[in-house]
Amino acid sequence: MIDVRRLVKTFGWKPVLRGLDFHVEPGEFVALLGPNGAGKTTFLRILASLSRPSMGDVTVGGYRLPGQAAAVRRILGVVSHQPLLYGDLTAEENLRFFGRLYGVPRLELRLGEVLEMIGLSVRRRDLVRQYSRGMQQRLAIGRAVLHEPEIMLFDEPHTGLDQEASQMLDGVLRQVAARGRTVVMTSHDLLRSAELATRVDILSRGVIAASYPGTSLEPAALPALYREAIRG
Amino acid sequence: MEPMPRTLRALNAVTAGLFVIALYLVLFYAPREAVMGEVQRVFYFHVAAGWVGALAFVVAAVSGIVYLAGGHRLWDRVGLSSVEIGIVFTLINIVSGSIWARPIWNTWWTWDPRLVTATVMELIYIAYVMLRQGIEDPERRARFGAVYAIVGFLSVPLTFLSIRIWRTIHPVVIGSGDPTAQGAFDMTPKMLTAFMFSLLTFTVIYVTLLWHRLRLEALAERVEQRKMELSAGGS
Amino acid sequence: MVERTAALPLRRGGFGRAVAAVVWKDLAAEFRSRELIGAMLVFALLVVLIFNFALELDIRTRSTVTAGVLWVTFAFAGTLGLNRSMASEKDRGCLDGLLLAPVDRSAIYFGKVVANLAFMLIVEAIVLPVYSLLYNAPLFVPGLLGVIFLGSLGYVGVGTLLASMAVQARTRDVLLPILLFPVILPVLLAAVKASEGFLQGLPTADILPWVNLLLVYDVVFLTVAWMVYDYVVEE
Repeated sequence: MIDVRRLVKTFGWKPVLRGLDFHVEPGEFVALLGPNGAGKTTFLRILASLSRPSMGDVTVGGYRLPGQAAAVRRILGVVSHQPLLYGDLTAEENLRFFGRLYGVPRLELRLGEVLEMIGLSVRRRDLVRQYSRGMQQRLAIGRAVLHEPEIMLFDEPHTGLDQEASQMLDGVLRQVAARGRTVVMTSHDLLRSAELATRVDILSRGVIAASYPGTSLEPAALPALYREAIRG
Repeated sequence: MEPMPRTLRALNAVTAGLFVIALYLVLFYAPREAVMGEVQRVFYFHVAAGWVGALAFVVAAVSGIVYLAGGHRLWDRVGLSSVEIGIVFTLINIVSGSIWARPIWNTWWTWDPRLVTATVMELIYIAYVMLRQGIEDPERRARFGAVYAIVGFLSVPLTFLSIRIWRTIHPVVIGSGDPTAQGAFDMTPKMLTAFMFSLLTFTVIYVTLLWHRLRLEALAERVEQRKMELSAGGS
Repeated sequence: MVERTAALPLRRGGFGRAVAAVVWKDLAAEFRSRELIGAMLVFALLVVLIFNFALELDIRTRSTVTAGVLWVTFAFAGTLGLNRSMASEKDRGCLDGLLLAPVDRSAIYFGKVVANLAFMLIVEAIVLPVYSLLYNAPLFVPGLLGVIFLGSLGYVGVGTLLASMAVQARTRDVLLPILLFPVILPVLLAAVKASEGFLQGLPTADILPWVNLLLVYDVVFLTVAWMVYDYVVEE
């Protein structure tokens, strides 16, 4: 579903990604860990077609980036750590706006479905400005699944959430993943990642330093493995 | 740095030579103008500088288009170098125009369409540089520069036109009522020679300076490129 | 057996729909907060007030100066509006949300232009009667309204493009006027002169060149901005 070979990305002359190889099969849930500045967000932005690779091959859902970016966007849902929502509009209006932008068929029906799934039906007519951070994140996910994308990218979605909100978010994440979607999620939370993901990759100094398939993963052992990978 | 190519070395010499000859033509060969006197000699280099300013803008705009189309960094370098040269020569144009105007119309500034347009052009050039300075990412800097060069370039003829229309409807009290007359005079053959030669000399100066500036910029970029390759390969 | 999710068959031909969605979104959000229009309006009224003291607008000079005062006011208030309009997308990362959608980038441009134009026209619609009342100057000449529309359109067309660039620079607040004003001169001059013409009841033949200039400017720059907008928002 996602195929990345020898990806290089430089900002100015500063290399952030240095010949990264990455491969995801359909239906996998990959957690991407790594220290700050390792390039996780940069990598995700390239997969999301928001940023161009400096060198290398990137293929998402069978479409090459950056050339076929428009096709990629159709099948992609992205949740950034910024909510990408308009504070002065209601939750409903936000979803309706993005729905129109994407050309989602039978929009009103779909709106209702999504609001139900993320547990915000009751608060649909409230301004997003008044939402807590946890609610905003859930709405952001709602926005991302509106057009039923096959691939979802999450950039540190648990940032700034308290325990309860995080658990709610996990519930939504599991629902989202359950429908056979391919998910790539960057995170700082080792344990949570191990629980949610089918595979854990560790990004360090611009390349994938280590990769652990879900079945072989003992959550308690992860911190030690992580430290070793980034020391590498 | 690669040693200066033979052609450039030759060009340096040619430019210097041309300039000396041009000075001679302007200062000694060309006759004294009947009405305006010696100050009229400013005219030759004034117009030549203005010509280079305009040429630089055309080159910058065209490079902008080519850069956006292909993404080859060379064209960004050409655009930047051209704008820098344009700033200098347009300034020369404005100042020499001012020097010329003073003894003739007893004013440092006339609202002549060409003078005003040159000033606006200078402001656009400076805005271009300020825009670039505010952007960190080199690729974005190049793209924005290209876009602004194109937009700026397209606005200049319209600015000139609008001031021209303005002057025909509202002739300024100081200076002649005819908006196209900026010290109009008939050129004798000798004057024409000096004039054409000045144009030629300044064009050659432009090309030489552009070439030097491009080499400098290319060198700077090559250094950065090496750094990037080393980091990417060595991890 | 996991039930595979299939992406929804998204409706095609979304350009017009996307533009409409962006316009609606901007208007709805502004209607709720009224921050942008509020700021523009207060600023514009203050400028008019300042002009009153600065220019001693007595009855006689007023009629010749009105058009200029109005357009300077609109130009300055306009930069406020443009800055805020683009900053609201950039600051909360909302621009990414727009860029993720499978629509042509220029849909964002046109949506923003229409929304920004609406804001500007609303502010002008309030400032005009206020000015008219304060100075007992009759301003509801149909030709004038047309000029205000065309002038604002040109202003917003170029302004939206340049604001999209300026907002990504470090020096964002000061940069927009520096980039915009040199390029917008033809619009300003033509709009002032055409407005003056209509206010003073000049013959149409005198006003026509200015209106033509406005039309040409609008067409040229809206087209160019549409073509290059991609390069300004993509990373």
